[in-house]
Amino acid sequence: MITLRINGEKHSIDVAPDMPLLWAIRDIIGFTGTKYGCGKGLCGSCKVMLDGSPVQSCMIPVSAAKNKSIITIEGESKNLQLLQESWVELNVPQCGFCQPGQLIAATALLDKNDNPTDEDINKAMIGNICRCGTYQRIKKAIHRTVELKNQS
Amino acid sequence: MNPIKNISRRSFVRSIGLASGGLILACNTSIFSDKEKVPENLIDFNPNLFVQLNSDGSLILIASRSEMGNGVRTSLTSVIADEMEADWDMVTVKQGTGDKKYGDQNTDGSRSIRYLYETMRQMGAIAKVMLISAAAQTWQVSEEECMAENHFVIHSSGKKLGYGDLVEKAKTLEPPTDFKLKNPKDFKYIGKHLKGVDVKEYANGSAVFGLDKRLPNMKYAAIERCPVTFGTVKFFDKIEALKIPGVENVIEIPRIAKPFGALGGVVVIASNTWAAFKGKEALKVEWDFGENKVYDSEKYMNMITKNVHKQGKVSKDTGNVNRAFKNASKIVESTFQLPHLSHAPMETPNAVAWVQGDTCEVWAPTQDPQSARKEVSNYLETDRENVTINVTFLGGGFGRKSKPDYVVEAVMVSKAINAPVQVVWTREDDIKHGYYHTTSAQYMKASLDSNGKVTGWLHRFALPSIMSTFSPGVDYAAGWEIGSASNVPFDIKNMKIEVGQAPAHVRIGWLRSVINIPHGFSINVFADELAYAAKKDPLEFRLNLIGNDRIEDTQDEIKYNTARLKNVLKIAAKNADWGKQLPEGHAYGLAVHYSFYSYVASVIEVSVINEKVKVHNIFTAIDCGTVVNKNTVTSQMEGAAIFGMSLAYYGKITAKDGAIEQNNYNDYKMVRMHQSPNVHVEIVESTERPTGVGEPGVPVIAPAIVNAIFKVTGKRYHNLPLMDQGLV
Repeated sequence: MITLRINGEKHSIDVAPDMPLLWAIRDIIGFTGTKYGCGKGLCGSCKVMLDGSPVQSCMIPVSAAKNKSIITIEGESKNLQLLQESWVELNVPQCGFCQPGQLIAATALLDKNDNPTDEDINKAMIGNICRCGTYQRIKKAIHRTVELKNQS
Repeated sequence: MNPIKNISRRSFVRSIGLASGGLILACNTSIFSDKEKVPENLIDFNPNLFVQLNSDGSLILIASRSEMGNGVRTSLTSVIADEMEADWDMVTVKQGTGDKKYGDQNTDGSRSIRYLYETMRQMGAIAKVMLISAAAQTWQVSEEECMAENHFVIHSSGKKLGYGDLVEKAKTLEPPTDFKLKNPKDFKYIGKHLKGVDVKEYANGSAVFGLDKRLPNMKYAAIERCPVTFGTVKFFDKIEALKIPGVENVIEIPRIAKPFGALGGVVVIASNTWAAFKGKEALKVEWDFGENKVYDSEKYMNMITKNVHKQGKVSKDTGNVNRAFKNASKIVESTFQLPHLSHAPMETPNAVAWVQGDTCEVWAPTQDPQSARKEVSNYLETDRENVTINVTFLGGGFGRKSKPDYVVEAVMVSKAINAPVQVVWTREDDIKHGYYHTTSAQYMKASLDSNGKVTGWLHRFALPSIMSTFSPGVDYAAGWEIGSASNVPFDIKNMKIEVGQAPAHVRIGWLRSVINIPHGFSINVFADELAYAAKKDPLEFRLNLIGNDRIEDTQDEIKYNTARLKNVLKIAAKNADWGKQLPEGHAYGLAVHYSFYSYVASVIEVSVINEKVKVHNIFTAIDCGTVVNKNTVTSQMEGAAIFGMSLAYYGKITAKDGAIEQNNYNDYKMVRMHQSPNVHVEIVESTERPTGVGEPGVPVIAPAIVNAIFKVTGKRYHNLPLMDQGLV
């Protein structure tokens, strides 16, 4: 049995230790907000926060996530919720499929950087593909989140 | 007889997934489009558009088209809500299953709004009149004294009743035949920036895509398919696959030799997706590759290039091109080569199927649920009524998900194992077993007179046709694959369009903007070359080449208006401030193209520094007639810019010994955040009929980039992708 701590709750699962965290989250535990896009760490759709760092969950064996704190798109973290609001306000998603991964990457950025420049955003988001091409709005929504944070 | 019916008390309400109780209106959209006689008998009445108002005021609309980032659920809904004077916050959207009763549901060809706009307006207007009547009757006043506003009917005395409170009364009323549509200047939602109805679910991860569908005791399956298109299994060894924890079964499914049939292969069935993927890797399969083993895309390109360097089948011949060429003061010739492309939507093809006896239920991200239903019922040899296709959200479609081969696979597997199953394509499966955008060779030749005016135009192209997927053996472009070349709106007296031979060796399918990709590219790049040959500014030259304002002689009901074409080009140029001094190493390029009855121009600012290209700004102007949701049109243009950049930079699918060489996003690359330019969109205000939006923004991007690169470097690139030239 492997115990995973996802969004503050413990889940004990009986899976092969080399099963990628992605599939444990999606198929075994049942949180489907984290997406499969490539299975090779190329697209970022499967990003989750692992002890505060963004990781591609398709590349992390479940054994390496044991006893660590995992935050998925369904979870809570101050910046995640603020970013989600800006995402809605600026109508960022088109098909929406890559957006959980985009939001996790953006959350990780704002957790470390209160006021990212365009260059900072480019670096933080380079691992996330959006086939619909919503990059421009993602960038704006990150800036908008910072703006709202500074206002409050 | 009114084509719109009050069906609140009819028993089939349940079959469309609406709970009974509210006011339900239904109509058949084909009545408006086909001008058919409205059936007198309700039994013959097959409604396909539904709106339900409940006594709590909630308004439910059934969306018959698929949501894949095109914003269709929002735009379809906003039209009815506007005419109905409904409160946007009270509106919810339900997704229709695949059923003929919805009319044509194929979300393809940029036509959802084009086809349904008028009907939806009438539906909303009729609902409003009924609610006003209900209020007038309740108050025993004249209808003239009442008006509707934001989910209320208001009497001139100031008293008001909410829509929900009027439901019981309205249910008893006949829909009026006498109703008025709103004056467009009074629109509250149509033509405005409207937030997508599904944005919240996308942002919090709760939206259910096909891949997210779960059923109790559902199995997961992955399929090993032959590397060569239409090859078959000779032998397979499942021993190693069965050793993987979670793998439960390995079976073979045959190929269904139909356009949307399954490719066939060896299926690994498991208790989770990962085990199915691992099992698939552990299989040992020997294939009979079949005749497509000869496919080598490099040799093939040489062959079709030869075919466009000799006379082809003539499909248009006006004036006398040969004479024009003979009398020319200058001749320009170019050859263009473009590779296959893959749709590569972020969500790979997948479907859940559950076959139980004669019935089957499917949950799938499909652009065309009726086509899926037809394929499934044919395969199961069961009536269509026994097959339910539930449409999930689509994680991108771009044309791939209107081909339900993956749905058929899931049904085959479920039937074989007698359990609900989700078939999941790996990204590699998606890249290697798609319905590819055609590859093409094009040859263009034009003559200029001494004033730099174009006197003759020859456009010859060879590309495997989409029709080859439907009629094996077709080896010339079909008529509708020629239109975007032969309808070129240039004021040139002598024109010839020829088609060369090009047999297909992979499944050819439509991809966002389809044939307009190769034709939009070659025509726009070649016209730019002619401008330089004539020593003219490309913008001024192009406007002159299009010539006077006129309606082009096309067969279509919606006419091609050159004034609208020039207008979008002028707007894009004005917004870019065409002609202004740009920084060292920067330049503008332009392209303009008409497709799906819409007019789009882009002016693109590119820099080439240290032999690397970067796109900084894209100024796009679109005229798509009446705009339903400005936000959708703007985001489609932004997205089309990135889609166009990806194909210009990286788009290339190649085959060797019949097998596709690319694998995943590492070698079939996409534009990413750091390459993303600022896209500035202007939408032309228009009261013309609404036309396509999802696709027409794509074709202009690649040629405008290539034209800008020429301005900076003096090098003309006729072949894509640009990564092959070392530019990205």
